[in-house]
Amino acid sequence: MTSPLEQKKIRIAGPSVVTANRTWDGVVIYRTSQHGWSSDLSDAAVIRTSDEARALLAESVADDVGAIGAYIAPVEIKDSGKIKPGNLREHIRLQGVTIELPVPA
Amino acid sequence: MYAYDELDRTLINERVSEFRDQVKRRLSGELTEDEFKMLRLQNGVYLQLHAYMFRVAIPYGTLSSKQLRRLAHVARRYDRGYGHFTTRQNIQFNWIKLAELPDALADLADVGIHAMQTSGNNTRNVTSDQWAGVAPGEIADPRIWSELIRQYTTLHPEFSFLPRKFKFAITASAHDRAAIKVHDIGLRLYKNAEGETGFEVLVGGGLGRTPFIGKTIKPFVHGRDLLSYVEAILRVYNQYGRRDNIYKARIKILVHELGIEKFAQEVEDEWQQMRATDTALTLDDAMIEDIRSRFSYPAYEKLPHMPDELKKAAHDAHFEAWRKNSVAPHKVSGYAIVTLSLKPVGGPPGDATADQMDAVADLADKYSFGEIRVGHEQNLALPHVARRDLPALWKALDKIDLATPNVNLITDIIACPGLDYCSLANARSIPIAQELTRRFANHDTANLIGRLHINISGCINACGHHHVGHIGILGVEKNGEEFYQITIGGRADENAEVGTLIGPAVPYGEVADVIEDIVEAYLALRAQPDELFVDTVKRLGVEPFRERVYATR
Amino acid sequence: MPLVKNGKISRDALVHVADDAPIPDGGAILISAARFLEDPEALSRRAGGTGVIWPNNRDVDDLVPYLDRLAVVALVFPTFRDGRAYSQARLLKERYNYRGELRATGQVLRDQFLFMLRAGFDAFEVKKDSDAEAFANTVKRYSVFYQPTGDGRMTALHRRMMLRHSESASQ
Repeated sequence: MTSPLEQKKIRIAGPSVVTANRTWDGVVIYRTSQHGWSSDLSDAAVIRTSDEARALLAESVADDVGAIGAYIAPVEIKDSGKIKPGNLREHIRLQGVTIELPVPA
Repeated sequence: MYAYDELDRTLINERVSEFRDQVKRRLSGELTEDEFKMLRLQNGVYLQLHAYMFRVAIPYGTLSSKQLRRLAHVARRYDRGYGHFTTRQNIQFNWIKLAELPDALADLADVGIHAMQTSGNNTRNVTSDQWAGVAPGEIADPRIWSELIRQYTTLHPEFSFLPRKFKFAITASAHDRAAIKVHDIGLRLYKNAEGETGFEVLVGGGLGRTPFIGKTIKPFVHGRDLLSYVEAILRVYNQYGRRDNIYKARIKILVHELGIEKFAQEVEDEWQQMRATDTALTLDDAMIEDIRSRFSYPAYEKLPHMPDELKKAAHDAHFEAWRKNSVAPHKVSGYAIVTLSLKPVGGPPGDATADQMDAVADLADKYSFGEIRVGHEQNLALPHVARRDLPALWKALDKIDLATPNVNLITDIIACPGLDYCSLANARSIPIAQELTRRFANHDTANLIGRLHINISGCINACGHHHVGHIGILGVEKNGEEFYQITIGGRADENAEVGTLIGPAVPYGEVADVIEDIVEAYLALRAQPDELFVDTVKRLGVEPFRERVYATR
Repeated sequence: MPLVKNGKISRDALVHVADDAPIPDGGAILISAARFLEDPEALSRRAGGTGVIWPNNRDVDDLVPYLDRLAVVALVFPTFRDGRAYSQARLLKERYNYRGELRATGQVLRDQFLFMLRAGFDAFEVKKDSDAEAFANTVKRYSVFYQPTGDGRMTALHRRMMLRHSESASQ
């Protein structure tokens, strides 16, 4: 959960995705393999090598109008192929806060 | 209440127009994020984990009922129906859309609310204590000087791109409720031996990675020289503060690296040169009076200290428990300052729903001359309540869950938003706070323990002020798991000091148990029932607590 | 990179001379502080006029003896977020009464124009053409200013004082 915002060296430890926030409304988004973004993690392009990561991050960062703060985030791939967030921080980003909101959504 | 005039309102509106244009240029791509980020920060707009966060300024924690209703409107219209009151007397909304921000700001500007400089490397909200202007024993209302500094620092051309953020706090009471000793500039208003009003100026206090208690740079600055002296400090900082490393960029590092004497000399040299050629910043009585005149004070009635309504209500144990806990003496006889606890059992500390905000606004109109205060302990206050109205007010507050009688007790927890919201965090803070309020929910137990401030921060940036908590809890990360360091013995008042670590960090699931152990140790070790936790720690040191906590861990 | 002076895009009268290039006999030039300080007496008296680029991490004190003979002092914003040049500008204009052209260079962007103007800059090497074109409108964004600088704009406090005087005078 140490802030990945300071990532300098691109080094991935396992399957990862590129994630960011949508510029106009701040919603969490994931880079797809079709050079776009989706708020659905299952649409995310999964990268497995540092080279793939570097390339995907570079094209994500280049989309300065559409997204801000792009970085590489770990994911877990289930046997079923389903993509799940790879740590608590990414879990919170996807699912929202872990507490009950004062006003039910 | 401070009344904005046409000039103030024009400035706010001009700021909204400017930001609207900046957002437009950002969304069209004319501005890159690198060019835009500092601009949005200067309007209080952060990026958090799953959305933008919008921090609205509540200058020196004072709000009118009209303004509070408008905050409720923003919560409903642009956010998810609630807001969070912060440790710097501001309010935060967690789900705001950038594209809608100019409209939200325009709605706020209507009632004289803005978000100028609530973030960014500039001068932030000048905080005071939530009892300013109504506390007994205050020599003057510090908010008048807060407003003078607010205006002087707002959109200051020379100081809008400082090495790092810059925070002021002012107190006018012997007991410092504004934590001036842990601010970049702390100001203590007092009258000197000649009866002149002025300030002890402290500099270089702050928490975060490298906590420092502020040092006195000048024991007395005459009121008329306040702004010119502050300008000298800011100019020295702007020029010589470090810009190579954001973790070493606060003024506290500059003061530490130069030493207070050398730093004071630099400021003095600058100040003397400034005064030799330029008196534009010298405040004369007319200017101070102008600001003071736009603060309105209620037309208090002559009321008895023990009215019938209060006598009758005294038999109600619940009312009495609340009254003894949440009601503080007022400088005007027959009145009281009422704290509204935003720390219900199991709730996130410092949050209020839009419905609660509207209800508090109505209660303020009815019982507090339309005025509300926001405290840095993340509670609200009604500053002008007639004592005869206390029973009726209590009933109304109880209905909306704002009468938890835990002010200053162990469940009156100060916590940052933590990993549930904040992209800087290592660990969550709110669930820790919630569990602690459940463990110590019993009112009698909490009273038995007495005054005990728990502060929780989700990372070393210390927005929960954990360093100066009687018990401080700091979230860290170990191998992808949430762990927490516990400190004890910190305090934020005129005897400010940083707490001491009791031992290795403990995992998420054990924090509440550890706090229980610490409390048990305190209850066993205190010299008498009214020896506060923090004083027991001072007397005995950390060792007995460390032993208790780590004996079986 | 357009130069904005007097609110509009202007031709730059100065030629930027690199540290290793020879100083021309005539014409207005802009040179680095290091170059200038090698021979400040002569360089500041060049008939064509000399401007100096002063770094933002150096006190302006060393430049002060030559201020009345310099055509231009150029200060630097390495990024727009580095605000040291604002202090330098105010010191040059307000403490040392510098009367030549005070030029902003570096990452000079639209949203800082008004701060720069108020701090004492009167010429701007603007990064983007669109920003340069928008200069005149941008500096009209605000009509209310809380704090005094050397720019002569009346502060809100003073406007209120004047209003009060005229109110009480007319009573």
